[in-house]
Amino acid sequence: MATVTLQRISKSFGDVEVIKGVDLEIEDRGFVVFVGPSGCGKSTLLRLIAGLEEITRGELLIDGQRVNDVPPDKRGLAMVFQSYALYPHMTVADNMSFSLRLAGVSRAERDKKVREAARILQLESLLERKPRELSGGQRQRVAIGRAIVRNPKVFLFDEPLSNLDAGLRVQMRIEIARLHESLNTTMIYVTHDQVEAMTLADKIVVLRDGAIEQVGTPLELYQRPRNLFVAGFIGSPAMNLLPARVKAASQSGVIIALPGAGELELPDRSNNLKPDEPVTLGIRPEHLHLSQPGQFHGEVIVAERLGSETYLYIQIDDGKRITIETRGDSAARIHDRVGVEVDGRNCHLFNSSGEAI
Amino acid sequence: MKPSLFKKLLVTLIAWGAALLMFFPILWMLLSGFKTEIDAVTTPPLLLFEPTLENYEAVHQRANYINSATNSVLISIGATLLALGLSIPAAYALAFFPSKRTRGTLLWMLSTKMLPPVGVLVPVYILFRDLDLLDTRIGLIIIYALINLPIVVWLLYTFYKEVPKEILEAGRMDGARPRQELLYLLMPLAAPGTASTALLSIILCWNEAFWSLNLTTSDAAPLTAFIASFSAPEGLFWAKLSAASTMAIAPILIFGWLSQRQLVRGLTFGAVK
Repeated sequence: MATVTLQRISKSFGDVEVIKGVDLEIEDRGFVVFVGPSGCGKSTLLRLIAGLEEITRGELLIDGQRVNDVPPDKRGLAMVFQSYALYPHMTVADNMSFSLRLAGVSRAERDKKVREAARILQLESLLERKPRELSGGQRQRVAIGRAIVRNPKVFLFDEPLSNLDAGLRVQMRIEIARLHESLNTTMIYVTHDQVEAMTLADKIVVLRDGAIEQVGTPLELYQRPRNLFVAGFIGSPAMNLLPARVKAASQSGVIIALPGAGELELPDRSNNLKPDEPVTLGIRPEHLHLSQPGQFHGEVIVAERLGSETYLYIQIDDGKRITIETRGDSAARIHDRVGVEVDGRNCHLFNSSGEAI
Repeated sequence: MKPSLFKKLLVTLIAWGAALLMFFPILWMLLSGFKTEIDAVTTPPLLLFEPTLENYEAVHQRANYINSATNSVLISIGATLLALGLSIPAAYALAFFPSKRTRGTLLWMLSTKMLPPVGVLVPVYILFRDLDLLDTRIGLIIIYALINLPIVVWLLYTFYKEVPKEILEAGRMDGARPRQELLYLLMPLAAPGTASTALLSIILCWNEAFWSLNLTTSDAAPLTAFIASFSAPEGLFWAKLSAASTMAIAPILIFGWLSQRQLVRGLTFGAVK
């Protein structure tokens, strides 16, 4: 059992407030991912939970107990660092058992726990090695092993995969997901990589400038981003965002004038927009289709063929650039003039202050 | 671009020249120690002479070399241990818990080295007299540790800065208290740097003369005072002085030679990584 509750948590370094009153409820056994661009405060938020930074204002509760002034090791947490932070002068086994040694656990008990963790992570053959004799992926596993040995209520991960190469990253991502499944504990994970966030999380917390922009399941964020920032941040390739103007609006829907000449009807959208108001239209690449004539016209400038699908980057006639997803065997080629069709039901609309409508 | 042969030769020559220039006084001292008093002061200086051990005999009879050497060893090591004992926690705090005043504190510490020691001679002498520390080893250990403290803190600070702070944070997550962080993590990780710092401190203590001459007479006199005793009242005896000096610097020279790899590695640490 481990719930983590943040109540109006703030953190200032000198005069600079880097975390601005964050409220968050993390359920027992949840996998929560903090995601956001660099400098958004996601790592600081994790370090506040870990106890490595002092909380300036607000309350942090673990299982309902206030832990603001509890030292890190007494909070029942374990952390995996971006740089792994293994103890370079100790063997893998000593690295993993250091916390137990400090806690005065007997040697036999320590060995048993280390062996158990090593088995889970397939590190058995490496126990006597020093960290410098390990590959990046192995080091990462030792860092996770060090956390497992402590049998924590909550695992904290601070960008654990960003030092690994792409192939290994995918592999470790799967391992972490399986670990969460088998250990059945609460995990809090920080990353700037929205693909990692989407694939691992039960719940994603999108942060910007030290404040939460949106909290939700991966699909909720993908399908119903609350604002322009989340819309642009979640999804790869990113959502197409185009400036447009309201042509007509009623309680039942909106008609907007697109850049260029076309217009688009977005049905079933309650709103209080006024004609001629500037808005931003958001369209996911998979919701755009090649079609003649279509609402947009332009020239293909790049075609990325990934095999199963192809991304076409199209310079539309008013100078904006859009991305569309087509079939892997799409016949479109670079410099082709194409028409693009969009279905208003799949579009997102944001008002001039960036809020979703 | 590869340097031309001429350039290489020039650099080699300059390096050798500089090395010889620095080594020459030591060589001259070494040679003079084996000359008779008359040979030692002859002009032009003699390069070829009949070596004699009479100076060493005389030095040995007149002063207690073993006593001074023991004092030097005890004082140098004692002062170094004391300085390390004070500096390690200080450097740890400065390196891992920096505040707005960290830089200022470091500079202030170093600035105390800019004060000429003679400026505080009288107060220190009176303090030592009142505390019965004159001519005691413990007195010299304290004053040597204090004068080397800024350098030792600075060196340890730079070595500690090289230790990633995440490693200590991981230790904190694992339940390490500051003392355990120091003992189990920082000290083993910074061991090479600490060793270089200790070596340098020992050498500085060994060669220190100002305080040893002013604060000791005989009981606690280290080798620097031992040398000086040969330049005193009866006049200068170059050959005996040279013999005494050779005996005084031989241990530290051998020590420095044996540890030079460690010293160079430690002192260029970080600069050539």
